[in-house]
Amino acid sequence: MTLTERTSGGGPPAAPASGDGRPGRRRGATAWLGLAGLGTLLAVMEIVPRVGLVSPKYFPPTSRVAQALAGEVTDQAFWVALGDTLKGWALGLLIATVAGVVLGVLIAAVPVLREYTASTIEFLRPIPSVALIPLAVLLFGTDIRSTLLLVVYASFWQVLVQVLYGVQDVDPVADETARSYGLSALARVRYVLWPTALPYVMTGVRLAAAVALVLAITAELVIGAPGLGARIAVAQTSNAVPDMYALVTVTGLLGVLVNLGARAVERRTLAWHQSVRGEVAV
Amino acid sequence: MLDVRGLQKVYNGGARQVEAIRDLTFTLSAGELVCLVGPSGCGKTTLLKCIGGLLTPTSGEVLLQGRRVTGPPPGMAVVFQEYGRSLFPWLRVGENVELPLRQKGLPKARRRELVTEALAAVGLADAESAYPWQLSGGMQQRVAIARAVAFEPEVLLMDEPFAAVDAQTRADLEDLVRALWHKLGVTILFVTHDIDEAVYLGQRVLILSSSPTVVREELTIDLPDTRDQLHTRGDPRFTALRTHVQEQIQAAKRGLPSPSTAGDEEA
Repeated sequence: MTLTERTSGGGPPAAPASGDGRPGRRRGATAWLGLAGLGTLLAVMEIVPRVGLVSPKYFPPTSRVAQALAGEVTDQAFWVALGDTLKGWALGLLIATVAGVVLGVLIAAVPVLREYTASTIEFLRPIPSVALIPLAVLLFGTDIRSTLLLVVYASFWQVLVQVLYGVQDVDPVADETARSYGLSALARVRYVLWPTALPYVMTGVRLAAAVALVLAITAELVIGAPGLGARIAVAQTSNAVPDMYALVTVTGLLGVLVNLGARAVERRTLAWHQSVRGEVAV
Repeated sequence: MLDVRGLQKVYNGGARQVEAIRDLTFTLSAGELVCLVGPSGCGKTTLLKCIGGLLTPTSGEVLLQGRRVTGPPPGMAVVFQEYGRSLFPWLRVGENVELPLRQKGLPKARRRELVTEALAAVGLADAESAYPWQLSGGMQQRVAIARAVAFEPEVLLMDEPFAAVDAQTRADLEDLVRALWHKLGVTILFVTHDIDEAVYLGQRVLILSSSPTVVREELTIDLPDTRDQLHTRGDPRFTALRTHVQEQIQAAKRGLPSPSTAGDEEA
């Protein structure tokens, strides 16, 4: 994480940011290399089962998986499952983010509250969300709320902990400046504390988005709540191995999209921040 | 205008008590430009924070126009040494200057007017839409000064504002402060550790003792009101005053009694 390395808002004045930052040619080359690597992987996965190194029964070649994928996307039920997964993911992430930010700012801003909750947070945070699966089943059965419970629990801590760090990063000089110009407590939260914490919040949400997806799929897979995970389980039990791989590929693609999206949002909202504007020096 | 009476500040760091300021009393008349010098570590910043209402003194009081300062007073602006941390990197230059005005509840048109005027006054009229970190150190400190000017304070506190910029920029900024002071008629308390700067800028120079701090001497700077870097600094009177301040600071560092109190102690 680049955020932990930053010197809290200070440091020497940076040179004017020159538009895009990194030279376009190098970025292009990196993208081509990445695509070439992916292509090689797909090719290997095509060849290995065909030459008989692994059994195509459990490890179908790329072309078979692609075929199954093409079949999936024409199936109405696939899109319903995808929608369910995205709903559980997005709703859970939203709840976790709002709760994490509100509670984080509150806890960090009130020293007594921070002392009071520190050990509790340290105790609850490491509990793996999947350990709550029995509880989720007891409470909600195979309902989408089971997914939500796990997603929210896992991603909430990611956001909360980052917010706690972020609020503590407020520069005393910036805060004194705001106070000396008569900014009220609320105005200082809005104009000093929140912008300072925002890079941390963004990191927290990006991490939470990835974790939320893992937990959404897990809940569907294990509990059987509706979604892509449940569809993977069905494909597996009905021995539709290529379909299973096709669905796994879809979850992987979802993960990539989630991460790309989160990074794009980060770049837009944090254009002023060293971690974004300093890309020249990377 | 600004009265500091019997100010004392003791920091309680667990078992250890540090008396940063022992007993400070001085007055600034309206429209004065007074410089405060002292040996390093003599509690200049502590004093400034007490005056600015950011720290509560242990005893004594600060009065601004007869009213006791208990929190940041509305008629006061502070320019900090660390411009890079005092300006908000997430706001553009214009927004940085505008934020305190917004808090004051001024209408938008008036805010625009003040921001434009203040930036023009510090020679940064075209930097309004830049981010502070896109500017040089000297320009950033100009923005911080513009923010203070736009606030239209009665008293301007400056805490070693030019300690972190290069010598040429510093000379320009010193002249800027004199020019703004003439133009606005604002009362300025300028804290510095630079003796030349104090003598060059001030109408009066307050020399502090080393910690625990008292006022060692109040010196009137009888240089002509029109000052410029070339001639004022070459003036024999400037050299004499500077040497005097330098002697006092040296003596303060060695803990020698000041000329004004030496007689009392012998008696």
